[in-house]
Amino acid sequence: MRLTMTVNGAEQVLDDVWEGESLLYVLRERAGLPGSKNACEQGECGSCTVYLDGAPVCACLVAAGQAAGRDVRTVEGLADGDELDVVQQAFLSAGAVQCGFCTPGLIVAAHDLLERDPAPDDATVREALSGNLCRCTGYEKILDAVRLAAARRAEVRS
Amino acid sequence: MSTPTRSAQDLSVPIAGGVGASPDRPDGILKVRGEFAYSSDLWTDDMLWGATLRSPHPSARIRAVDLTAAVAMPGVYAVLTHEDIPGPHKHFGLERIDQPVLAIDRVRYQGEPIAIVAADHPETARRAAAAIVVDYEVHEPVTDPRAARADDAPRVHEDGNVVRYARIRRGDPDAVADVVVRGEYEVGMQDQAFLGPESGLAVPALDGGVDLYVATQWLHGDQRQIAPCLGLPESKVRLTLAGVGGAFGAREDLSMQIHACLLALRTGRPVKFCYSREESFFGHVHRHPATMRYETGANRDGKLVYVKGDIVLDGGAYASTTTAVTGNAVSLGAGPYEVPNVTMDVWGMYTNNPPCGAMRGFGSVQAAFAYESQMDRLADALGLDPVELRLRNALHEGSSMPTGQVLDSAAAVREILTAVRDLPLPADPGPVRDPLALPGGAGNTTHGEGVRRGVGYAVGFKNVGYSEGYDDYSTARVALRVLGGEPVAVVTTAAVEVGQGHVTLQQQIARTELGVEKVVIPPADTGVGSAGSSSASRQTYLTGGAVQEACRRVRQRVFDLVGGDRTLELTGGKVVTAAGETVADLVEVLGDETVEETVEWHPRRTRELDPETGQQSFAHLQFGFCAHRAVVDVDTELGLVKVVELAAAQDVGKAMNPEAVRGQIHGGSAQGMGLALMEEIQVSGGKIRNPSFTDYLIPTILDMPPMAVQVLELADPNAPYGVRGAAEPPTISAGPAVVAAIRAATGRPVDRVPIRPQDLID
Ligand code: FES
Ligand code: FES
Repeated sequence: MRLTMTVNGAEQVLDDVWEGESLLYVLRERAGLPGSKNACEQGECGSCTVYLDGAPVCACLVAAGQAAGRDVRTVEGLADGDELDVVQQAFLSAGAVQCGFCTPGLIVAAHDLLERDPAPDDATVREALSGNLCRCTGYEKILDAVRLAAARRAEVRS
Repeated sequence: MSTPTRSAQDLSVPIAGGVGASPDRPDGILKVRGEFAYSSDLWTDDMLWGATLRSPHPSARIRAVDLTAAVAMPGVYAVLTHEDIPGPHKHFGLERIDQPVLAIDRVRYQGEPIAIVAADHPETARRAAAAIVVDYEVHEPVTDPRAARADDAPRVHEDGNVVRYARIRRGDPDAVADVVVRGEYEVGMQDQAFLGPESGLAVPALDGGVDLYVATQWLHGDQRQIAPCLGLPESKVRLTLAGVGGAFGAREDLSMQIHACLLALRTGRPVKFCYSREESFFGHVHRHPATMRYETGANRDGKLVYVKGDIVLDGGAYASTTTAVTGNAVSLGAGPYEVPNVTMDVWGMYTNNPPCGAMRGFGSVQAAFAYESQMDRLADALGLDPVELRLRNALHEGSSMPTGQVLDSAAAVREILTAVRDLPLPADPGPVRDPLALPGGAGNTTHGEGVRRGVGYAVGFKNVGYSEGYDDYSTARVALRVLGGEPVAVVTTAAVEVGQGHVTLQQQIARTELGVEKVVIPPADTGVGSAGSSSASRQTYLTGGAVQEACRRVRQRVFDLVGGDRTLELTGGKVVTAAGETVADLVEVLGDETVEETVEWHPRRTRELDPETGQQSFAHLQFGFCAHRAVVDVDTELGLVKVVELAAAQDVGKAMNPEAVRGQIHGGSAQGMGLALMEEIQVSGGKIRNPSFTDYLIPTILDMPPMAVQVLELADPNAPYGVRGAAEPPTISAGPAVVAAIRAATGRPVDRVPIRPQDLID
């Protein structure tokens, strides 16, 4: 089938998409955007988290056809050119990145959280990120990163 | 032939920060942007996808394999079985070459690869693999490793079921003690559960060889095993590291490497493999399950008199690293304590269960659950505080191990135990509590009734580097030259970055030794000598040592260029005197010249344990120690546990990168806690029942408590910068501390991990 969708602000027209493919597969293997990760492909790890029409979803659970005509934003679409998004910079500065395989999904999830709740307490952060597995960090520095990102966003606004 | 479009990354962003600082990771920007190329991201225009047909049976003879339907499928380019392996080897293995690349006439575990397929779409490849018809004669699997020791037990391999039996006989085997405690303990099968699936891309080369881009823990270890199966010299099997999404031991053994190379060489096209999560559970080895019987004797004053241990480790169908895991369990099995009389017997066994091998903690994790449980039992029997009992028996510098090895550098058991003990305890929550913070969490299963708090302690230790006579070494090539008007160091090694931050560390060392800011780390590949594996907590010590030595030789040659004064220093891109006066600018001294040195760096050589007595004065290069204090709330009515806090103290010799060290302690602690509370591959009848993240649970951010960390720096004078391997010790003590806290809260014995709710209620 032919699939047309908007990805990171640009229209993508993809041909020969097999109906059984997921949005994650199409992004990674057909659209040249492998930033969203494929750690489980069954909705358990959150490494594939992307925005679909502004709402975070597991791209592995979305059939490619369901994304037709819709707006997708991936981790590759967060930075403004060379300028990292505040959340990306915070993950880097806080040492929240080890192997980094969980990072794209966590950054999208944390980005979404801070859009909704600019000053979340720790319990809220834990709840919001509980669908994103990380095997390397024990999550301590991921919490640090979200706290840091929230603080920096507050600075920018004030 | 095409090279992958998503491959080598230029890790050359200038970042200040030498040894002792915590600079940003050079791969960090790529990782947060989603642009870092993991092995699963590799891609070329003309690539094919590989898939694997695996045995559904733990033990069977293969009567026939019919490939007809698979070969006939449109889009399928090759279907291979063991008959297509050029050889001379058709087997591989890290310590013992016993594992078939593709099954030959029989299968020994569920998930054993039988045939491989290359096709133009991953789904086509999977369907073709599923269309292969195998005629099995199914056998009763050998699943009990203790029973497998019997002479008349059915044999998994012709030469018997014992991979290794190791023992220690020290002191008086008949020593008697005032107080004796006994216990039987069991550790379930843990999975490394890295997030990045097994994957890679094999590209056939014009010279008849193959280039493999892969996520592994040891490029040269892979190369040594792959080449003889392809009928190629090692020089024609070139490996380049692709981005690694975690490892924790699971990438020490080969998975898809030989399969991808075979298919690429057969089809003449690049072939990519990427396992699904389910396949990953069958595609790598796990942590050895263990059953352990211990008897510990002590005097009334709490001094240990003897430890007797009997440990059986289930190695599953193939040897993998079972011999070394057995060696660790036997030599570290009495714990980080002074024990005059030790009798230890450890068996590493073959069964038809899933193969087990390396996982963070490697033989020490299992034993620590037993020896720390025994210490708590003993403290109870003596009426002593559990920390006090440990302090009275703690190893220290100059102590003798049960092997007879004398500890020749700091053994900070007392220091780390007192450090965690003295940290303030989390505040008493009071009577009214948020259900989210209680056991059961969002399940809203309690409002605090039946919830009891407990505090527990544990300490553990681990050998660093390869042991028992293995010639451990690493190789580094360091070049210093002028690039774009500034001095640049290029550090080339084959050391694998698995996430731990080794690339950052190499840059830090070069900055400190050569006084330049810009350090380039080219992708790790087999174009330089072996670095050994990223395992055994060894890379900072080993490759760190090699990089340091290569830098120092480069520095000496620079000093030779300005007259050979050995008291000079390199700093800020200048050659300076000890008094800080500038002698010359590095840019001018170097001119067009590249000063390059390659070093193969060997630490002190360890030696083998005596097979009769397990005695050896230098079986291990170094030891790392970590202690934990866990605070838990247990719902004693439902058997649910909430870990409230998990504090750690660890001696790392020198915190080369303090934040990276803390990250290792956090992550290692989480894995230890996971083993105590939730992580188990459930195997029955030789079959894995839960091969998914739906059913194999690892800690989420809701499960993890705050983790206070104390890092001690008691230098090891024998190690580069005084460093002590840091990655594994936290995984060893975290679990036993959590279990101790649960015992304190419930009064129940708890002799098996992971703990199930039914273990905590009547
Ligand atoms: S890959 Fe989508 S949730 Fe794991
Ligand atoms: S950093 Fe490796 S999984 Fe999170």
